[in-house]
Amino acid sequence: MSSKKLVAGVAVVAILAVGAWWLLRGSQQTAKVGDGKPAIVFDIGGKFDKSFNESMFNGAEKFKSESNVQYGEFEIANEAQREQAIRNFADQGYNPIIAAGFAQAAALEKVAKEYPDLKFAIVDMVVDLPNVQSIVFNEHEGSYLVGMMAGLASKTGTVSFVGGMDIPLIRKFACGYAQGVKAVRPDAKIIQNMTGDTGAAWNDPVKGGEITKSQISQGSDVVYAAAGATGLGVLKAAAEGNILSIGVDANQNYLYPGKVLTSMLKRVDVAVYNVMKAGKDVKPGIQALGLAQDGVGYAMDDNNKALVTDDMKAKVEAAKADIIAGKITVHDYMSDNKCPVE
Amino acid sequence: MLEILFSPETISSTVRMAVPLIFACLAGLWSERSGIVDIGLEGKMLAAAFASAAAAAYFGNAWIALIVAIAVSVSFSLVHGYAAINQRGNQVVSGVAINMLAAGLAVVLGNEWFREGGRTPQIPPEAQFAVFNLPFMSSLTGIPVVGPYLNVISGHSILVYLAFIFVALSAWALAKTRFGLRLRAVGENPHAVDTAGISVARLRYQAVIIAGILCGLAGTYLAVALQGSFVRDMSAGRGFMALAALIFANWRAWPSMWACLLFGYLQAVGLRMQGVKIADFEVPVQFINMLPYVMTVVLLAGFIGKSIPPRASGIPYSKDR
Repeated sequence: MSSKKLVAGVAVVAILAVGAWWLLRGSQQTAKVGDGKPAIVFDIGGKFDKSFNESMFNGAEKFKSESNVQYGEFEIANEAQREQAIRNFADQGYNPIIAAGFAQAAALEKVAKEYPDLKFAIVDMVVDLPNVQSIVFNEHEGSYLVGMMAGLASKTGTVSFVGGMDIPLIRKFACGYAQGVKAVRPDAKIIQNMTGDTGAAWNDPVKGGEITKSQISQGSDVVYAAAGATGLGVLKAAAEGNILSIGVDANQNYLYPGKVLTSMLKRVDVAVYNVMKAGKDVKPGIQALGLAQDGVGYAMDDNNKALVTDDMKAKVEAAKADIIAGKITVHDYMSDNKCPVE
Repeated sequence: MLEILFSPETISSTVRMAVPLIFACLAGLWSERSGIVDIGLEGKMLAAAFASAAAAAYFGNAWIALIVAIAVSVSFSLVHGYAAINQRGNQVVSGVAINMLAAGLAVVLGNEWFREGGRTPQIPPEAQFAVFNLPFMSSLTGIPVVGPYLNVISGHSILVYLAFIFVALSAWALAKTRFGLRLRAVGENPHAVDTAGISVARLRYQAVIIAGILCGLAGTYLAVALQGSFVRDMSAGRGFMALAALIFANWRAWPSMWACLLFGYLQAVGLRMQGVKIADFEVPVQFINMLPYVMTVVLLAGFIGKSIPPRASGIPYSKDR
């Protein structure tokens, strides 16, 4: 192809894109449909992802059925749409606007600066602006509880952890888990593995399964996965290798009934519900949801009833009460990038 | 330390990690030997993984899943072939387009069909490939020392054995058959082949179809045999690693297998080396993870000599030039 043709092609595409942008912008400015109603931008995966996004969708639906207010929603199809979607809602006067997931931080920060009169909220990330509420979770507290359960359920005295990408947030899960295991079983051995150093580590169930198999061969009989979709491979390998596993974020007990000990719940639905309920009065700043706020917890249902003994439950509930009362402090890895136990 | 390097589990894990690479690497071998650069291995593998998982979930049969995966992968191959052979387009651009198309399409269709955020449902065990036990192995595992290692050979999915059979088949077909000779010639000097009255386009199409079949096997192995479901971007760069192995192996079949096994071994060891101390020094995982790539560069730079791609590789053929 000649370079002239290429240049002409690029020029045509650019003109069309700019034109479309102007048209869309114009139409949005005339219609202010938002009018102070809440809106949420779901991240990649969509609102039926059986995980993070779906959980938030459930929180929003709960708000809708209680208040009869129709909220605005958008499911992005690619990364470039994040900023566009948030800006569209802001243009239309939606308030507050919730960005679902840490990946939207940069987009939200940009738009929030342009609309200082509107309130925004972001889940799982801190955006330091006067009109943004940043909702983070005390994952270390929830991980501590499931760690206790792992320690109590283990017969070999060796338990393990599979993380996704090696980032401080995942180390926070691992550290809370290790502290919980050691609390009930000081002599326990904890094998910790990370899947990788890039984003691909969240979506590599095959590698997750291989890691789990290697942990089983080292004697682990309970494995905790905090690795996104990679965790699906961990749970599968554990079920096939006849050891127990622990799910994460949403309740994953149903995936392999009777093989998943419990799941560490991150109640993003509670977070979304709270923000929508507060409406325009949502408080800016960092909102940390822990055990006390029901922001994290562990899952109990028919699938794991037989695995969790009354004794285990009593001990975990006691620890939960102690953490809420401040009698036990679970160390947060992200506070100093160190973990007191190995 | 030695325990990790030579344990039967490590070797067994090596085989599982290497098999998708072997299929993809052979696909690249066939395609590039005919003069079609195939950077779209990753995309075809991913498309096949999605197709096989979706078909297995729908039909409940692993073999139907395999056929569907191969059909999808071959159709992607044909798109690449049409762009590269008929339209004489840039083969790298076309390959990248296939990677992007596969990654996006799988998630969009998966979301539409199954509503699980681009994933497919977990495939029931009866729709997965049964573990294939070699008949005489169970009686031999009692032998000390050697016994445990026999488990490495037996007890894999049938696709694992197919991978090694395909290595032998490819080596034989490329070296010893008339078809293989012509195919290699078309990758070196298509004008000569054309002068001899053999259709360059036809040979190249045959090559990309074979590549499509092999990528279909790679994707099915990942999704149906290993994981039992499809997850977004689950090929996780294995197609590119296979390309590295192909360069490493100097575009030959048996060395390709060894290169893939080596890469698989490094991955398997890497998974087990996390947190292990050698003389009070903890080896960073990142170091082990980068080894396959570093080795490719270092070995190519000095040790195995020059790696020479097929001469006409990547160059569209037109009669009038």
